[in-house]
Amino acid sequence: MKNKDIMSSEVTSKKDKMINMIVLVLLSLGAVIMIFPLFYMIMTSFMTKNQYLSGQLRIIPNPWVWGKYAEVMAKGNFISGILNTVKVEIPVLLIGGFTSSLAAFAFAKMEFRGKGAIFMGLLATIMIPFAVIMIPQYVMFTKFGWTDTLLPLIIPACFGNISMVFFLRQNLSSIPNDLMDAAKLDGCGYFRTFLQIFFPLMKGAVGTQLTLWFMTIWNDYLAPTIFLRSEKNWTLQVVIRSFNTYYSIQSDYALIMAASVIAMLPTITLFFCFQRVIIESVAISGIK
Amino acid sequence: MEGKKGNKQKCKLSAMAKREERWGLLFVAAPAAGFLIFMLYPIIFAILTSLTTWNGAKGFQGMMDRFCGFDNYVKLFADKKFWQTLVTTTIYLLGIPIGMILGLLCAMGMNRKIPGVRVLRTMYYVPVISSLVSVSILWAWVYNYDYGLLNTIIKTLTGMHGPNWLGDEALIKVSMIIFMVWKGLGTSIILYLAGLQNIPRSYYEAAMVDGATGWQKFKNITLPLLSPVTFYILVTTLIGGFQVFVEVQVMTPSGNGGIGYSAATIVFYLYQKAFESFQLGYASAIAVILAIIIFIITLINFIGQNKWVKTMD
Repeated sequence: MKNKDIMSSEVTSKKDKMINMIVLVLLSLGAVIMIFPLFYMIMTSFMTKNQYLSGQLRIIPNPWVWGKYAEVMAKGNFISGILNTVKVEIPVLLIGGFTSSLAAFAFAKMEFRGKGAIFMGLLATIMIPFAVIMIPQYVMFTKFGWTDTLLPLIIPACFGNISMVFFLRQNLSSIPNDLMDAAKLDGCGYFRTFLQIFFPLMKGAVGTQLTLWFMTIWNDYLAPTIFLRSEKNWTLQVVIRSFNTYYSIQSDYALIMAASVIAMLPTITLFFCFQRVIIESVAISGIK
Repeated sequence: MEGKKGNKQKCKLSAMAKREERWGLLFVAAPAAGFLIFMLYPIIFAILTSLTTWNGAKGFQGMMDRFCGFDNYVKLFADKKFWQTLVTTTIYLLGIPIGMILGLLCAMGMNRKIPGVRVLRTMYYVPVISSLVSVSILWAWVYNYDYGLLNTIIKTLTGMHGPNWLGDEALIKVSMIIFMVWKGLGTSIILYLAGLQNIPRSYYEAAMVDGATGWQKFKNITLPLLSPVTFYILVTTLIGGFQVFVEVQVMTPSGNGGIGYSAATIVFYLYQKAFESFQLGYASAIAVILAIIIFIITLINFIGQNKWVKTMD
């Protein structure tokens, strides 16, 4: 009897191993299909025009052309695109990150009338698509004289990012309230309590959220196309798009692909560095 | 004596509570003000604009001078292009169930004890964090009729010339859906994988004791317990699906929405009306319809959550 049990479990584990092998092969095949276009993108950026317009399936560049990246960087637009994006990133992440953390602290650890209502109101804004409010915002920013400057991309974001507030509040709820009470008893002011006690405790979560926010700003396209008219103010994504329109007529796909590869590098690098926390934070959003 | 002391303490407490209230409100003031200025006010303004034929000239007065009641909405309902973009947007939504099924299958595979799961997960996730503009450009190149990767592969394998992926009114929709599934698959995998890992092992063990088959376990344990995740993915992708814009502008030649406007979405139409022909009133009416659609999805979310979603207990 006992023997039979062991045998049957061995059989299932053998069967399991077989299934696992098949699953692994299928998943790997899928992963290759997922990555292949991106791989081809990098390869195209090193090919000669003759090769990628030959109509033959040759994936590896022959010969390797290294010059396209330098050519992209030498286009004035490209560098100014990167600079403009960075000019948006820095103030937004610093100021917006601060206002968001502060608000999250208040929502999680302080008591005041209207807290629930304000929070629900803010949460509702996550659902509102930018497309719905882009016309009024455009009208408003034109009135302020902000159109064709980076201000429409900077100022509203400095008021805080609701999903960041939401996540940090969630994160803070795991920190015991005793800390707050102790700080109160010691007569520690609310701002100091935030800055010296709670902020250090939520640093990790703030970092993750700022990383995600950095990527969102870096990849943003719709708002910059609407608010920025002249080329010198374009952010990187708008520049890349214009490269595509302009150089695909000349079939200069190597140049276009090289530009796109550079434009993707920062977010991909960040992702590889902070993979674990980024994926965790995405996963939590579905469970909570 | 005792009562007096209690009273005094209560007074002190309420002074403290008041202080806390002042600071609390101050701390949330920035996001709250941002919400009022950059969200609530624009929404009201959009509704107002949708009742006019304003073209942006002569400020607020100019807008009110062009008041036209519900004319824009009446026109919109007779506007063939509007319906076409609405239908196209809805067709694109077909990518959602496809992505969810593929995502669930991949997640279930990754939930088994196989080596290299983390590497696999990362590979599927890379398209998600890639810039939408960059990968749209990439896929326009992959779909290129004469020299694209896809048609080169087809030609090598079959000797025949592949189809015109972005140049055919029906096929362009398929091409867009393939692209969107590719771009978003990683998110549903991660969400489903987290959901699967959250299901207690004991449930499956109990089912095994009862002699349940694999399919029964999947149907009676896995699917119901994943329903919160499924619902979350469905709602977020639906809301995102109604906002498709970048892909259309980047992947259609010269950003015209494809042959016969075949790839254009609601937001693409809205963008063109607003920022290319400056029919701000008409475009705002489209925006309001879009807001209503999103609002209905959110409402279904709230109602449906209690009805369809099953929890651990």
